[in-house]
Amino acid sequence: MRIVIAEDLALLREGLIRILRANSFEVVEAVDNGPALIRSLTTHRPDVAIVDVRLPPTFTDEGLRSAIEARRQIPGLPIMVLSQYVEQIYARELMSDRAGAVGYLLKDRVTDVDQFVASVRQVATGSTVMDPDVVSALLTHRSTDPKLLELSPREHEVLTLMAQGRSNAAIAARMFVTEKTVSKHSNSIFTKLGLKPSEDDNRRILAVLAYLEG
Amino acid sequence: MTDYSGTALPGGSSPSRDGSGPGRVARNGPIPRSALAQRMSLLGWSLVLLPGAVLGAVLATLWITSISIAVLGAGIPLTLLATVLVRWFADLHRQWAADRLGEPVPARPYQPTPDAGWPVRLWTILRDPATWRDWIWLVVNSITIWLSCGLSLLFFVFGVVYLTYPLIYQLTPSQVFRTPMGEGFRLHSVAQSFGLVPLGPVFLLLWYVTAVRLANLNARVIRALLGPTEQARLRARVQQLATSRAESVDTQAGELRRIERDLHDGAQARLVSLGMSLGLAEQLLPKDPQAVQQLLAEARESTSSALTELRDLVRGIHPPVLADRGLEGALKALALVNPIPTTVVTRLPGRLPAPIESAAYFAVAEALSNAIKHAQAQQIRITVEFAPHRGGVAGELTMLVSDDGRGGASIDSGTGLRGIVRRLAALDGTLTVDSPPGGPTEVRMSLPCVS
Repeated sequence: MRIVIAEDLALLREGLIRILRANSFEVVEAVDNGPALIRSLTTHRPDVAIVDVRLPPTFTDEGLRSAIEARRQIPGLPIMVLSQYVEQIYARELMSDRAGAVGYLLKDRVTDVDQFVASVRQVATGSTVMDPDVVSALLTHRSTDPKLLELSPREHEVLTLMAQGRSNAAIAARMFVTEKTVSKHSNSIFTKLGLKPSEDDNRRILAVLAYLEG
Repeated sequence: MTDYSGTALPGGSSPSRDGSGPGRVARNGPIPRSALAQRMSLLGWSLVLLPGAVLGAVLATLWITSISIAVLGAGIPLTLLATVLVRWFADLHRQWAADRLGEPVPARPYQPTPDAGWPVRLWTILRDPATWRDWIWLVVNSITIWLSCGLSLLFFVFGVVYLTYPLIYQLTPSQVFRTPMGEGFRLHSVAQSFGLVPLGPVFLLLWYVTAVRLANLNARVIRALLGPTEQARLRARVQQLATSRAESVDTQAGELRRIERDLHDGAQARLVSLGMSLGLAEQLLPKDPQAVQQLLAEARESTSSALTELRDLVRGIHPPVLADRGLEGALKALALVNPIPTTVVTRLPGRLPAPIESAAYFAVAEALSNAIKHAQAQQIRITVEFAPHRGGVAGELTMLVSDDGRGGASIDSGTGLRGIVRRLAALDGTLTVDSPPGGPTEVRMSLPCVS
């Protein structure tokens, strides 16, 4: 799996490369600023781009904006954003083209290497992975939405895990239920959120989007 | 409407009426009245001010006379009494001028009189430039009042007299009101007197057009002579700056202490425990790989917790989204994670100076969390607007946080709003609350921006 990394801190950049290579990813290029990121993405067209929000030259949200810009040029390009902090507003912007395949994680999630590697693979295969921080903020704060209020506590739990990008099997393992039960719950969630049956992965993304849009 | 603007000021006294406030809260001009009613009231005022000018001249004479006999002893208490009278009289005029110009009354410009013997008091009064400015004003006033109010009154009276000249001609004995323009022009019949009637509207028009301007001219003279001198204004400003600086230094020091404590007890301790876990793991590696795995997992947890603490700390010092996106983006991000639906309206010219952005963000965030905690609101609205001053990049940043909750918020009732007042005061900003019981509540904050 081919990966482009954009991270301006050399220490973290090397760490990421080491973790990814150890897990048999191919890091095709590692850049340290916004313009170089766009150039690299359009040349290499990797399977996933791993991007830090704050990058030179502006040291503000250059990474985020460059990633969104690159995605405009390469529709559906899977992007995994890593940041020292997570903001819902950024999560929304990343998903605003509704093309899915977005990851948005706190940088320290990388330390759980297995989970991080799984997240990268999920994004590469078109899933959406939101940081538990974003998801839990959504759950505690947006419960005024009538559509979300209809969900049972169990369904809430499933949606939370779904938003974190976990597969039905992973959710089942985590909740100590069968995979069948999980898929029953998720179908019920899709119905309650008014999402028409279509490709399953796509509906998962839309469910997360419904969450983000509160 | 409850207006707490007075308490919001660093000076801490009430804004205008008693004439002792710092006078920085501008009222929105004079109370609007119909143009004619306004002029009629001015006419009434001239009937008060004209005799007042005479009284002023008498006071001026009395005062200067009592000083000149001060060496005789009896002049001293007389001067002190006259001074009290003059100052009271000047205060009345200050108030009148303030109402006229729609501006707050500036602080009384006099130096405090020491609690000492009469000669010392007299000496203080004589040394006070404001005393002499009062005296000059009394003299000047007796002229300007006649010029302004007198002229205005004269226009009005002429207008009325000419308009009703035939009637006056008819009603008065045959010797008076026969030479309206001097000896060379004598009227012989009522019919002739009708010729003067058109002059009436001319004078009345003249009165109507000039009345307000003449009164304003008078008010400006009063303000110029009775307002605080540049020196007094500077003294008051220095006083106010010293107070707000002391407050902000205190706040800063407290903030640094909090950061130091948080780092010391939080992230630092966690990194030490992380190092200990790793050290132990290193030692155990050959003997007990199982335990090592356990230790490494704990170490990883430890870094996570340390990072979370550092993140919260950074957010408290300067939220990253504020650095990335400026005030507008940061407020939108704030509204997004709010449990109560919140709309954000901003009218900003791009990025503002960093200290302003930061102060504005924390002020709004605090007002917002106040509303969430206490107001039981359904809707919150944040409006942030920048109004540039004419001809420059400086301006005024206004922030409104309004909710439809139960109201009753006040600066005195809790620490939340008081904290914002202190934060804003350091940057010369103000805060007012309009929150009647039953709601709605509006917290209005403003920050001057200079660059």
